[in-house]
Amino acid sequence: MEESKIKSYKVIAIGGSAGSLDIVLKIVAALPAATTSVLVLILHRKTTADSVLQYLLSSRTSLSVKEVEDKEPIQAGTIYIAPPDYHLLVEDKHTFALDSSEKVQYSRPSIDVSFESIAACFGTDALGILLSGANADGAEGMAAIKAGGGYTIAQDPASADVGYMPQQAINLGVVDEVLDVINLESKVIQYLKKI
Amino acid sequence: MLRDEELDLLLQTLIETYGYDFSNYARSSLKRRVSRLLIVDRFPSFAELFYRVKTDADYLTHFIQEITVNVTEMFRDPHVYKTLREQVLPLLATHPLIRIWHAGCATGEEVYSMAILLLEAGVLHKSLMYATDINPAVIENIKKGVFPLSAMKQYSENYIASGGKKDFSSYYTAAYDSVRFNADLKTKMILATHNLVSDRSFNEFGLILCRNVLIYFDKELQEKVFTLFDASLEKRGFLVLGAKENIRFSTIASKFTPLNKVDKIWRKVK
Repeated sequence: MEESKIKSYKVIAIGGSAGSLDIVLKIVAALPAATTSVLVLILHRKTTADSVLQYLLSSRTSLSVKEVEDKEPIQAGTIYIAPPDYHLLVEDKHTFALDSSEKVQYSRPSIDVSFESIAACFGTDALGILLSGANADGAEGMAAIKAGGGYTIAQDPASADVGYMPQQAINLGVVDEVLDVINLESKVIQYLKKI
Repeated sequence: MLRDEELDLLLQTLIETYGYDFSNYARSSLKRRVSRLLIVDRFPSFAELFYRVKTDADYLTHFIQEITVNVTEMFRDPHVYKTLREQVLPLLATHPLIRIWHAGCATGEEVYSMAILLLEAGVLHKSLMYATDINPAVIENIKKGVFPLSAMKQYSENYIASGGKKDFSSYYTAAYDSVRFNADLKTKMILATHNLVSDRSFNEFGLILCRNVLIYFDKELQEKVFTLFDASLEKRGFLVLGAKENIRFSTIASKFTPLNKVDKIWRKVK
């Protein structure tokens, strides 16, 4: 396929839980030095406030990596991390919002919450990627992105440390493409907006 | 998901019928709360919810409780309490009377945490903790001082991480699946409903805590509340916000200086 025929997306939202950190780091390491897309990472992790994840990501890319603060402006070419113990929402196309309400699918941040919010705001400009995990979080969010006209990719459950989470989305019939680790690493960059 | 025009209609009715103004709340979160309520209370559609809110004042109490977020915990972000213990309370202890305002106190876990800090610092007897919230229902819970037993393990760990030296369970009595905190902790609490959107300053404080409340407001309302806090803080007083909140972009920022880089505690210097 000609690269020019592949649609690119403004927002690429990646949800991951148990066993997803390694693949997230690989995807980030493969990113180009510049893009006008925005990456949003919603990863289940311990609630202790630390900057380890931000450090791990920053050391693998020249794009800027930020843990989202209240009403943080959404800037192109940036990787955003949902902070521990908050749900990450988008207030409008230019601003994030945080919410510390009840856990959803035993999770805060919840992938469903962020994906649904991104779907409602960005519609056909949203790409959702659901990775390894032992939790049912993310499947409804993938459905919302799909329903909003966006594109959805699940990690091949057979290639995941824990295949349960991407499998839930596949079972719902809301996944456009299933990719194993190697293809995730090489193909995600095709969906980024070039400068 | 709720449509924008439905939310607008609901917000308009809340102002006109009850005087509750949510129009400067962050919409993404508010929309989620109302959508959630449609499901939890099993309304077949928005029209039924709208009618119920408009016509049933008893339901309104429940509605307010559900759409405002009341999730909180004791000694949340223990490092903040450690700094309060070690750097803020020793300064406040020199005052003849320590006035503290917990703005948007929700179910009161933070107020009880503060009472424990004050007791351990030996200054509870000369302190007054004003705990306010928009939500009348949660204020009632604070008066009782009853919290779920299941949360105590986490709270105990938080307490120790905050520098607590005692046995945390000495502060409460367990009964079945809940615990009642010792009555002496609440002797210096003053509980009231207060709406940050519409109500004014009511005293001058040495310390104001407002954590994870401003995230639900838009910038305009945040600015208004910051001005209210500035007017309610004595000179050299302290303001504590949530882990991801900041006064950096507000007009009061120049009058405050952060205590350190991590705790979200500011001191009023002008």
